[in-house]
Amino acid sequence: MKNGIANYFNKQTNAAPLAVFRLLFGLLMLISIIRFWSKGWIHSLYIEPSFQFSYYGFDWVKPLGVYTYFLFLICGVSAFLVAIGYKYRISILVFFLSFTYIELMDKTTYLNHYYFISVVSFMMLFLPCNAQFSVDAINRKQSYKLVPNWTIDSLKLILGIVYFYAGLTKINSDWLLNAMPLKLWLKSKYDLPLIGQTIMQQEWFSFFMSWGGMFYDLSIPFLLLFRKTRSYAFILVVAFHIATRILFPIGMFPYIMILSTIIFFDSDVHQKILRFTLKILSFLKIKSEKLCIPLLQKNNYKVRYSSLIIIVVFLFLQVFIPWRSLLYPGELFWNEQGYRFSWRVMLMEKKGSSVFKIVNSKTNSFFYVNNDDFLTPVQQKQMSFQPDMILEYGHYLGNHFKSQGHQNVAVFVESYVSLNGRLSQQFIDPSANLMELKESFKHKYWIKPLNDEIKGF
Amino acid sequence: MTNKKTFYFYLLTAFLIAFSCSDSTNSDDNIVDNFDRQSILENVTDNIILPAFEDFNPKIAQLKESVTQFSNAKSIANLETVQSNWVEAYKSWQHLEMFNIAKAEEVYFIKKMNTYPASVSRIENNINTGSYDLDTNNNNWAAQGFPALDYLLFGLGDTNLDTLVFYQNNENSAYLNYLQSLVSQMLQVTDLVHQDWVLTRDIFVSSSENSATSSLNMLTNDFIYYFEKGLRTNKFGIPAGVFSGNNTRAANVEAYYNSSMSKVLSLEAIDAVQKFFKGQGYNSSTTGESLSSYLDYMMENNSLSSEILTKFIDSQQLINNLDDNFASQISSNNTLMVDVFNKLQEGVVLLKTDMLSILSISVDYIDADGD
Repeated sequence: MKNGIANYFNKQTNAAPLAVFRLLFGLLMLISIIRFWSKGWIHSLYIEPSFQFSYYGFDWVKPLGVYTYFLFLICGVSAFLVAIGYKYRISILVFFLSFTYIELMDKTTYLNHYYFISVVSFMMLFLPCNAQFSVDAINRKQSYKLVPNWTIDSLKLILGIVYFYAGLTKINSDWLLNAMPLKLWLKSKYDLPLIGQTIMQQEWFSFFMSWGGMFYDLSIPFLLLFRKTRSYAFILVVAFHIATRILFPIGMFPYIMILSTIIFFDSDVHQKILRFTLKILSFLKIKSEKLCIPLLQKNNYKVRYSSLIIIVVFLFLQVFIPWRSLLYPGELFWNEQGYRFSWRVMLMEKKGSSVFKIVNSKTNSFFYVNNDDFLTPVQQKQMSFQPDMILEYGHYLGNHFKSQGHQNVAVFVESYVSLNGRLSQQFIDPSANLMELKESFKHKYWIKPLNDEIKGF
Repeated sequence: MTNKKTFYFYLLTAFLIAFSCSDSTNSDDNIVDNFDRQSILENVTDNIILPAFEDFNPKIAQLKESVTQFSNAKSIANLETVQSNWVEAYKSWQHLEMFNIAKAEEVYFIKKMNTYPASVSRIENNINTGSYDLDTNNNNWAAQGFPALDYLLFGLGDTNLDTLVFYQNNENSAYLNYLQSLVSQMLQVTDLVHQDWVLTRDIFVSSSENSATSSLNMLTNDFIYYFEKGLRTNKFGIPAGVFSGNNTRAANVEAYYNSSMSKVLSLEAIDAVQKFFKGQGYNSSTTGESLSSYLDYMMENNSLSSEILTKFIDSQQLINNLDDNFASQISSNNTLMVDVFNKLQEGVVLLKTDMLSILSISVDYIDADGD
């Protein structure tokens, strides 16, 4: 057993998959940054808002005014350097830090796939993705043919975790027994050519997609793992993600997942990809012969023992983090305690309306707040149904009006939320003075319970 | 594994069929009738918006005509004709204010017609200097339209006789000129927007897709925006002081200088809201496809459409209990005004959360990725 484990961690394999992964990841990130920039989102999401929603303990992470553009520039450049494998360790470190900083600036924009990118880039810090086919290899005049097998497996494992948990979390009564929220979303795609007015309107199709999605997510890691099913699985990956791209506004995520799953293929496939890349480079008249010359110079890339430990511990954490929601009482979709960072993707159609009331607790005189004065529409939309954001905004409002000279400020919220097609109901205890509540990892008892039960994960 | 492989092969095949085959419904016995979203647009445009304009546009023309008559012969009868034309046009206007779309949005139709409270200082300043730009200067929004007319027709004297005397005084001829400028501007901008509706009707009706710029989405978003801001906030919330720490602001009621009209105007507005939601024609009692029937299609077992309608009817009843004059209502018993605000807020919740959720209509100004 012990030997087996030691053997596994000593096993060497061709480094090509890591090189391909690095190249594609870097390029996709570069494209993502350019896309984000060109849509004007840096301004509308990070510069325009006067207030940002912070992650617990990260309230020191704030946008940098106009220098936020500089931050995105750094992030984009480092992504490009990762792609070409130039000063890889520093580049991926800069990428990880700048990207994660960007994500931490405002909780409003939390997306699972942004988190995924932070997770993967963190792991890449400890993986020898520049062993071959990189500018680093040319500069050090050494290209490594082999890397430890576990380095590639660790990426497969994190992808497997993402898919498998995304599947597990679909096992709930809303998703499987009511086809919610897919039913609403698919029916609203009536404007798609051919399928919009026909199949998208069918009840059975919503159920088919719900169940299909669940089975897909649960089994795709295994189907990709086994050589016999791999090609079919990959076709399925492409079909599934392209379908989601057509149906939902999910940006770059489908492409990221499609290209990431290439890591599951054998190294000969990756070598073909690298050869093909060389052809493209020479077609573009980029001198690239050197990329393949020193391939056989030195064989084994030694990865530090500490890197292995960090990756193992990190993956171990990744297995457990999604379960933390079990520590909280109440309905997860409603309370959202432990909802983020758990690969719960597209499970909820949730909308809210939250009106804040500033009360002078001595005289009981009050006034309502116009949220437009403080938040952008995107922030209002997200805040309205997420308890931690409601609390944070409540404190912000309270402090704002205190500083304006208001006395005995108490903040209450009249909040109504509708979840997966249920009629809306009151969300936050309207008698709870938000100024007296503190953000913490403890149960938020001031959320009114959902008048329904969602069974499952 | 082989079984799984076969299973997945079938699943994949099914996927590919699902995304390539268009007429697979033919094989399905249990065909769900597809809802025709375009028919909502047709109904709203042909039976609500266009008839409302056909009613409103002549009323504005009449208003202008009567102002001309009044300036030719300054009599009490002619003044009262202007006033009653103003009332009729203002009532009709309540059915159009929610359609802040296309040309109306482009030329700031709503802002120009009904920004209140009117800015008396701005109006007086315009009259004194005699040079003003009603068309492109935002600062003049509060110095034109119905609220400015309200001031000029009802705010210059305690009685109609006083007002008449005011206008008969030749020193005040600039006021009369300004009155004429205002009604000309109102007619001009109304003609512009009305004509555009007539010309672009087909284009508007055919844009029923689900995108930020489609007619259906804009119509829905504008409806909700109007209900929340135009109706709830402007007519009740601000005057009743719910945004200003219980300091009531009676001067902010709609038609402040003729505030015995405020209830009539609000009742027209809630009537317009109900008709739009139910798809009931401007001039008729028959209903067609609407947000209400669309909701029923999306969620068969859901009572949302009737819950929303109940909120409208409850609000209407609460408004009915108010004094004709909201300014007096606010000073005698403001709680009743706040009650209306609260009831309308319940409607806002259902429209903004429940309805938008079920219709999956994206809020038009939000543009970002989801996951």
